[in-house]
Order: sequence, then C-alpha cells, then structure tokens
Amino acid sequence: MFEKTLAELAQGLASGEFSSVELTRSYLDRIKAEDGALNSFITVTETQALAQAEAADQRRAAGDAAPFTGLPIAHKDIFCTLGVRTSCGSRMLDNFISPYNATVIDNFNTVGAVSLGKTNMDEFAMGSSNESSFYGPARNPWNNDCVPGGSSGGSAAAVAGRLAPAATGTDTGGSIRQPAALCGITGLKPTYGRVSRYGMIAYASSLDQGGPMARTAEDNAMMLNVMAGFDPKDSTSIDKAVPDYTLTLNNSLKGLKIGLPKEFFSGEIDPQITAQVQNAIREFEALGATVKEISLPNTHLAIPAYYIIAPAEASSNLSRFDGVRYGHRCEDPADLEDMYKRSRGEGFGEEVKRRIMVGTYALSEGFYDAYYKKALQIRRLIQQDYVNALSEVDIIMGPTTPHPAFKLGEKTSDPIAMYMEDIFTISLNLAGMPGMSIPCGFANGLPVGLQLIGNYFAEERLLNAAHQFQQATDWHKQAPAS
Amino acid sequence: MSLDRTDVEKIAHLARLDIAEQDIQEYAENLTDILDLVDQMQAIDTTDIKPMAHPMDAIQRLRTDEVTEGNQRDQLQTVAPAVEAGLFQVPKVIE
Repeated sequence: MFEKTLAELAQGLASGEFSSVELTRSYLDRIKAEDGALNSFITVTETQALAQAEAADQRRAAGDAAPFTGLPIAHKDIFCTLGVRTSCGSRMLDNFISPYNATVIDNFNTVGAVSLGKTNMDEFAMGSSNESSFYGPARNPWNNDCVPGGSSGGSAAAVAGRLAPAATGTDTGGSIRQPAALCGITGLKPTYGRVSRYGMIAYASSLDQGGPMARTAEDNAMMLNVMAGFDPKDSTSIDKAVPDYTLTLNNSLKGLKIGLPKEFFSGEIDPQITAQVQNAIREFEALGATVKEISLPNTHLAIPAYYIIAPAEASSNLSRFDGVRYGHRCEDPADLEDMYKRSRGEGFGEEVKRRIMVGTYALSEGFYDAYYKKALQIRRLIQQDYVNALSEVDIIMGPTTPHPAFKLGEKTSDPIAMYMEDIFTISLNLAGMPGMSIPCGFANGLPVGLQLIGNYFAEERLLNAAHQFQQATDWHKQAPAS
Repeated sequence: MSLDRTDVEKIAHLARLDIAEQDIQEYAENLTDILDLVDQMQAIDTTDIKPMAHPMDAIQRLRTDEVTEGNQRDQLQTVAPAVEAGLFQVPKVIE
C-alpha cells in the first residue's frame, strides 16, 4: 500500500478496495513506527485525521466524492491549520494553535482530503538542510546521517520515507525543489501568485510560493488542481483560470524545445550529477525533444540579490512577532522594549536572527539604494535572462542542486556554503516562474534531481514533460531501504 | 564592508533582538561574510534598470470599501500571551 501513488490510492478508494479510514490508519501506524528515525513530522493529528477520513468515507458513500476525497497527505508546518499547532519550525510559535485556516488547507478540506499532520521544516523556512528547525532536523530516508534538504525537508523526508503519499511545501529560494531533489521525489514550485499565500506564514512575500511534493508528476498535478486558484484574501494572488493539470499529462513531447543554460553545467558541480542530468536529457531527446545550449548570464548574481531581498522582506514580515498578540513572550519583562527584545531573542533561532539583522541593515538609513534598490535592479536583469531564454525554448533544464544530500552538521558552521547549495534554484524565485525537480538518478547512492523550468503559468507543460519522462523511466519508483 | 561589535549591537537594537554578549563576535563575522557575498552586485552597472518588486509588475489590487470580516476578537485572543477584559496586556507604557 505504501508504494502506491496518490492516483493509485484514489482508484483504490473509488473501487472500494479500501476505505479512507483504513488507508489513514495504515499511514498513522507507519508514522508511529518509522518517524522516530526520520523526525519528519512536528505534529501528527491522529484524531482529526481519522475524523476527516470517516467524513470522507461517508461523502463517498453518499455519491459525492471528488478525485481527492479520502486521500491522506501531510502539510508543511508553515500553513496555518485551525485548532492545530502551527509552529513554522520555531520556538516563537511553539505555543501557537492557529485560530484560522490557510486557504491551501481550506482547499484540501473542501475536497475532503485527510491531513495526517504537520511536517518539519527549517525555522520560518530559512535554511537548506532542515537543521534550523527548533524541533531538530528531519533526516534523509536514503541515509539518516544526511540532511533531507530544506526548508520543506520534513515534507520531502515524509514522502520519500513513505510516511505520506504526498505533502505540501513552500519555495522561496528552492525550498520545494532542493529537498525534492535530495530525497528523490517530485516537487513543483508554481508561478508566483498561482497558489494563495493566505495563512502561509510569510518569509519573503515577493518570493514565497506554495506547491506540491509527491512521488510522481501525475500526483503533483492532482495536488495542484486543489491548491491553485485566485484568492481575494491574498493581494498578490493572480486571477487566472486554473486548468485541470491531469488532462495534458499525456501530450506528446515531439518538437519540445529544451534549453540547457551553460551556467548550470559549469563551476562547482559534482560530476556524477552532471552525468545523470545529461542522461536524463538524452531520454527527453528520445521522447522527441530537441536540445540547444542557452545562456542565463546573470546567474551568479542571484544569490547576492536574494540575500538582500529575502532578508529585507523577512525583517519586515517577522516584526509582527513582538510577544504581544501571539507567540512567545519572555518571563517578567521590565518594560515594553525589554519584552520585544527578549521575546524575539528567545523565540528566534540563530539563522533567523542573522537574516533579520541582514535585512534590517540593508533597509537602514543610508544603505537602501546600495543594497535593496540595487538588488531589485539585479532581479530584473535575472528575470530578463529567463524571459529571453524562454522566447527561444519551451523548457529550461539542468541540475536542481550542485551536490547530492550532505551530512548533518557539514555546513552549519558556514552559512555561505549552505547558501551556495541553492545556486540553481534561487534565481527562479526572483524571476517568479515555475520550476520542478524530478528524480533522474543517483550519486553515491543518494538521489539526483533534474530541474525543469518554464515560462509564467507553464505548469501544464512542466507536468506533461515530467510525466512523459516518468512513463519512460523508473527513477521516481526507487524507494529507500526501510 | 566589515561590521564590528558596535554595528551588530546597533542593528540588533533596531531589530529589537536580544543577542547574547558571547555571540556578538560570531554575528559580526557572519554578517560581514554575507555582506561580502552581496557586494558582488556593486560591480554591475544598473543605471536605467527599473527596480523589480513583483515578477509580473502587478499593482496592488483594490477592493470595494465594505466590511467583510466579522468581530473575531475572542477567537483571536485565545492565542495571546496575556489578555484582560478583551484587551492585550503589555508592560506599563505610560507613567
């Protein structure tokens, strides 16, 4: 049962092979047995899950089931969930029982999905290894000494470890695609504005985007069907019709034009990753695609621009955590300033404090033009690179990460080395376009991710290409030894 | 750009962050490293490049001026650290 995809589980529910209660019970039991080693969940919501599963079975019996009714999934602990602790991986929100639902959660509730619980993550989504979580790091199911990636590391570890058939994630600089690559699963960062950010705890508002993480492109399409759509409660949500992403999965790839940015195949990359990615591209050629080299000349400026824009937005967003209305408050504050400083000093971990300070500095008097304005100008150069490239090709491909999963602790003392792991993912958030990571091989027994990048709202094309690749290969079916 | 202890203390104060005395030096080094990294941007001529705040250059959507949210005070205050008579309690601000 645990090797079945969402699509296969949906069939099993529809045919009456098993009920949602049975399916949910199996996953809850497996989480209990296996998650001690992976630490992929922060909160397991057993009682609510079984109640949702029962309601889903009743809905099906009444003849009112949607494709997603009764399917159990997990949610990154960044999505506010009514009546459930929503910690964002932080001590600051360890006591926060959300009084409302994120729109993404509401959307899954509306179709009758079951939530198994909330997954581990880097604190406030700031990190690439899950090691900044207040609840300790999630671990990579392929090798428990390695990180699962981040920030959606718990979601990736849970899906790869078969503790949930799918999970939600969020991606601000690679936080869906990088852990998907490191754990050998399929993840999609949609176009900025495609999925509502309402109730998704903000890190960098102009870059944050929620998306699906599952084992196959088909399952990603099923998830995105539920997640995507206009939301009046999110002022940056895009009012554009949502297609049924499952309908175009089987389109032919004949004539698909693939661009390979030379900047993604040079510099410090594990040669085994390059080799696996090149094999995958040959597979796409066999499926009828054509390939040409392209250039994204400003790629090297993406990390510098990101580490101004994201911390600047974070320093503003995280000012709401003041110990007044919710979240951690220090003991016996002497006065208001003492309360702010100690509540925030105690509630936030090191990486979050670092980024708040970088952002505060960049936005402080006299530095705005040199840092923030400059970064926004560089951001446009990076976007123009993508716009130009995607006027010549349909999809850009390359590695998702320069290295496979690294060891726990290997990069914690050197923040810059950690930041460099996002070199191939971060520019896309600046540009706002959609991207995917799909499994395409192994390096030293650890999964390798192939990244697919498309133009604005080209999610259908990405899912179609990924699905066709997965019909021809079985990398996505490989499971870690359990 | 190199930051020293005084800079870090000033930034931490602006951000209302209490940081431990023994951590200040490490923050100074980390923040200096990050600023060195971002300084690569300064080599690029961006004259006449329009800053980009939103991927699709969207502008703020406006809605009609109607009340859409009901009063949820009691529900929202269930997660507050200290509440009395429907008010958020904070340390004394005015003498």
